[in-house]
Amino acid sequence: MTDTVIEFRDVNKWFGNIHVLRDINLAVEMGEVVVVCGPSGSGKSTLIRCVNALEPIQGGELVVLGESLTKPGVNLPALRTRVGMVFQSFNLFPHMTVLENIMLAPVKVRGLSAAEASRVARALLERVRIPDKAENYPANLSGGQQQRVAIARALAMQPKIMLFDEPTSALDPEMINEVLDVMTDLARDGMTMMVVTHEMGFARRVAHRIVFMDAGQVVEEAPPDLFFAAAKSDRAREFLSKILTH
Amino acid sequence: MNYQFNWSVLWSGQSGGWLLRGLGTTLALSGLAWLVAVALGIVSGAMRTVPWKPLRVVATFYVEFFRNVPLLVWMFFWYFGVPPLLPLAIREWLFDHGAEFWAGMFALGVYHGARMSEVIRSGIQSIPKTQFEAAVAIGLTTFQAYRLVIVPIALRLIVPPATSESLNLLKNSSVALTISVAELTFQTRQIETYTARAIEALTAGTVIYLGLCVGIATIMAHVERRFAIPGLIARGG
Repeated sequence: MTDTVIEFRDVNKWFGNIHVLRDINLAVEMGEVVVVCGPSGSGKSTLIRCVNALEPIQGGELVVLGESLTKPGVNLPALRTRVGMVFQSFNLFPHMTVLENIMLAPVKVRGLSAAEASRVARALLERVRIPDKAENYPANLSGGQQQRVAIARALAMQPKIMLFDEPTSALDPEMINEVLDVMTDLARDGMTMMVVTHEMGFARRVAHRIVFMDAGQVVEEAPPDLFFAAAKSDRAREFLSKILTH
Repeated sequence: MNYQFNWSVLWSGQSGGWLLRGLGTTLALSGLAWLVAVALGIVSGAMRTVPWKPLRVVATFYVEFFRNVPLLVWMFFWYFGVPPLLPLAIREWLFDHGAEFWAGMFALGVYHGARMSEVIRSGIQSIPKTQFEAAVAIGLTTFQAYRLVIVPIALRLIVPPATSESLNLLKNSSVALTISVAELTFQTRQIETYTARAIEALTAGTVIYLGLCVGIATIMAHVERRFAIPGLIARGG
């Protein structure tokens, strides 16, 4: 039996007059890893930002973990505790230590004691392989370390779904793998993930499905081996020829 | 020049006591008004940046209304205008308990709150929007995101302009002499009147204001260093 945890039904979104998402129909199952790719401006970041309602939609319906985001009175903070998000620019809170960044939501939203939250946070730092950075401030970490803290901070709320919005695009090449390794571990542990990325090696190894977007539409969906070997659409083939040959 | 200085007028007779009491009143007036100004400034400054228009409208109205009327007019308004609107019992109680002090304190607090609001708003607006998104993405409500993340960062960024604004507040507390609050300037005028020694009396006032302001600036510089956000441009090395 499969469980649909994210479902886009004819979703449309505009930024002013610009039609950024056009009639999106897409379902993500529990435990699935979906990589969203496409040229810049294709709407892929907007697509995943809709899933935790950082962007409102103007048409259609979006159901996440059984909750319709367009329903009036939907409790967004409660939903967001179940949908973790990792941003391109890390967005750690600069005035807090690494440990405080991770403990903030468990203490303030879940009501955990400081001792319990600290224990959880340290265990997560082990999991993202930087246990010795707990007392540092974000400014004193490398980009790769900051992004792994951001992943730990999202995981601290024990989300059912993790969204990654170009998590390695702001990183130096030698730091990309340390972040991708953590994400790969997470996928192996069965986390449901939607990942916007240009890392096609990661997509090939880890994704269950590739969603290719262009001009606000889902042009093609396929398992990675099929997508990379024989993309059906011209636009996807053109995109792949550009990013796989440099 | 044949003016004979006579500094002893500052401590002979009642002068010393007047100066001390004036200093105490200035500190109490400014301190309480500062608390009002900072509270109003944080709340209204934050409200002007939230993604909900009615709150922005209310805060904008407050700021534009209070900062665009002279402080002196506010002093008169709170002292002469407001008490007649109050029930008799409260009015009598107020005039028995230093109504001029409370009127001056409110005038100073709400006026500087409106100015502090702009300082805090500019601090908040210098924070990337993605910080707010990261805060709500982990499940914080908008209020929590402001209270725990946005405002604490903004306050650390605005210490220098907030210091200037705080010093303005302290110096503007002297306007309260117009509604007969016996603060420092009032007392130096009184010494001048009793002794006809204007230079000595005003020098005493000047030195005391200067000392207070330099002291506050020094404390704020310490606060700025203590709470600096690691990784931001520090003071020149």
